[in-house]
Amino acid sequence: MSNPELTQDEIRQADRNIRRRKWLAIMFVAPLLLFIFVTFVAPIGTMLYRSFYHPTVAELIPDTLTQLDEWSEESGDLPPPAALNAFAVELQALAAERLSGKLAEEVNRGYPGASSLIKSTARAVRRVDLAELQSSGGQLVLDANKKWSDVNVWRAMKKSGSVFKDDFYLTALDLERSPQGEIIQRDTQIYLDLYWKSLKIAFYITVLTAIIGFPLAWYLANAPSRIANTLMIFVLLPFWTSLLVRTTAWIALLQTNGVVNSILMSLHITDEPLEMLYTQFATVIAMTHILMPFMILPLYSVMKGIDPSYFRAALSLGAKPIPAFIRIYMPMTIPGLSAGALLVFIISIGYYITPALVGGTDGQMISNIIAFHMQSSNNWELAAALGSLLLLLITLLYWLYDRLVGISNLKLG
Amino acid sequence: MSGSDVNDKYVRFINVKKSYDQKNLVVKNFNLDIRKGEFVTLLGPSGSGKTTCLMMLAGFEDVTSGAIEINGKSVQDVAPYHRNIGMVFQHYALFPHMTIAENLAYPLKVRKLPTSEVNQKVKDALALVELDAFGKRYPGQLSGGQKQRVALARSLIFEPSIVLMDEPLGALDKNLREHMQYEIKRLHEQLGFTAIYVTHDQTEALTMSDRIAVFNDGVVQQCSHPSALYETPANSFVADFIGENNHIHGTVEDCNEQTATISLSRGDKVSALNINCPPKGEPCILAVRPENLFIAGPGREFDNVISAEFITRLYVGDSIRYFFKMSDGAQLMVKMLNDQDAPVIDPGSQARLTWATDRGLALDKPADKDSVAAA
Repeated sequence: MSNPELTQDEIRQADRNIRRRKWLAIMFVAPLLLFIFVTFVAPIGTMLYRSFYHPTVAELIPDTLTQLDEWSEESGDLPPPAALNAFAVELQALAAERLSGKLAEEVNRGYPGASSLIKSTARAVRRVDLAELQSSGGQLVLDANKKWSDVNVWRAMKKSGSVFKDDFYLTALDLERSPQGEIIQRDTQIYLDLYWKSLKIAFYITVLTAIIGFPLAWYLANAPSRIANTLMIFVLLPFWTSLLVRTTAWIALLQTNGVVNSILMSLHITDEPLEMLYTQFATVIAMTHILMPFMILPLYSVMKGIDPSYFRAALSLGAKPIPAFIRIYMPMTIPGLSAGALLVFIISIGYYITPALVGGTDGQMISNIIAFHMQSSNNWELAAALGSLLLLLITLLYWLYDRLVGISNLKLG
Repeated sequence: MSGSDVNDKYVRFINVKKSYDQKNLVVKNFNLDIRKGEFVTLLGPSGSGKTTCLMMLAGFEDVTSGAIEINGKSVQDVAPYHRNIGMVFQHYALFPHMTIAENLAYPLKVRKLPTSEVNQKVKDALALVELDAFGKRYPGQLSGGQKQRVALARSLIFEPSIVLMDEPLGALDKNLREHMQYEIKRLHEQLGFTAIYVTHDQTEALTMSDRIAVFNDGVVQQCSHPSALYETPANSFVADFIGENNHIHGTVEDCNEQTATISLSRGDKVSALNINCPPKGEPCILAVRPENLFIAGPGREFDNVISAEFITRLYVGDSIRYFFKMSDGAQLMVKMLNDQDAPVIDPGSQARLTWATDRGLALDKPADKDSVAAA
């Protein structure tokens, strides 16, 4: 018998073929990979990076910060004159380039009141001769405002000068660093409350979509195909309508003189209009409507695949319809229900437009405060930290889901 | 009603009609009495209404008109879960989220039996279908045959007096199917339940049943013992559906109580048993089973002889099928055991085919089809 082993040549040829096929496969998906990288991986990476990398102050006053390194902030003494002089020189340079405002804003975060202090001092040192600043600029600064003699200003400045910092995360978690450097809780809880509220709203929406969507999906899966197909269009219709239009429709419905209130009043259920718009209720109900297809579609596809003979088998074995439904049918819908719940929950926890439009102050979610920091307060780093925490939260939920239900049980359609 | 009468008519379908849209009847006037402990098969092509009859008995479909009685009592107003009928489904319908033992325990748990009794019965049921070690597995981890055995055990575990089986072996391959046929027969004989079995596989029906009801188009064509169905089919549909048959077209020349004389297209006159032969001068069909049709030779020639052209032969293994063409184009098949007598014929040569009069059946021409070749 001949030796059944492959020769070196044959092996090389086979390897070459496999490599070529792999390369070809990669080439096919390359445009998509590139697209995902540019539109997804890169922005998220930037966001994560920005949330702790913050070189603004370090770029504005590099010399001062180098000098401040020598100074021990715990001592309670003011920084050495060399540091003060360097600061005076750099402040003048900043004032000339109209960048002192930026520095003022940054330091102000660590020391409220530092903004006006820095701005006024910048005006004071603008016209002073450079040589004089180099020799006695420090004294000039101290004389410009008595607040400069407060050692905390310099502590704040030194702290804001570090390039990598966890300040934004601390803020996002309603924590701060005491003057002694310990992490303590802030007096007012803003962000944790918001996270908690977002979780609650997302939970309400998930439960509501499940309660409303389950019977509908069941009906769709069991109706004659002609009726089911017609009704399916109504389920899909929201997908084909602009999100803004749908949300605006809710404004028309829920406002003080809106459709719902007119009906309630004409039926004499209430005497005066209910305040429904710009509340948490409005956010929940509008988002329940908007996210409903995400619950119905996976449920429908799973239910469609459940052989009616399971239920019949349960009946023939002696189970009454309702226990049979709960014990036999419902567990089989878990893959669809959990897929729908996961989708709705994760989408709703980071939802922005609807709460922004109908939520008022009560119905705001974490994404709205992120948008606020991006657009209004210009604190991108805090927005990035909040966003990163949100991403972490969602990943955590996903992991939890995987542990409890198992990702392999997920069925999207 | 006397005791024997109730046992002879344990399950009764009385003038049962079923329509889904109040226009087209799916089941047309179905009548059947089933003896206690009998194994009855409803056989027919798909869409012939046999599964609908089963579902009406199980209570999953309403009866449009007529009545179904079990043990002398109408089951019209009895909910499916109170009928105490075991059912085996084509795709097993084992609950995928429960283990085999939990599946088997389910009918007992809904009947609120004490746990110790449930456990004992589950153990016995697993032993019954020889799956003792599989109690803790999930249905997804079992093969098709094993799943069907579990489904069978589950339908029997609460000791129903009637077990319905809806094409239970349809999803299995041939070898497994034969093994399961034997298994079902064994359980039926061992436990003595009344079995109503639905299938479109005639071999399955012939091997397993005490009686077979052949369905077509919502009507029972014939209900009889397997041998009677095979040997003396009541009409051309049954003759065609059960087993293989050569159908030769002809015209009735003469007929009496026992036999009919038929003239074939070329003028050959042949005779056959009169089953439901139409009156003289009408077109009819002559049915001869391939194993009853012989190639004439020395010492082997029966009452009827015709000539045909040999086309080809099909080697099956234990048997050989010879295909012939008559001058009017109709095909004939001869089945012979693959022994030393099996002849070798040149394609295109003429051969003489022969059969005994009592092995040929004179039947009416089916209304829906013009020609029925050897099935």
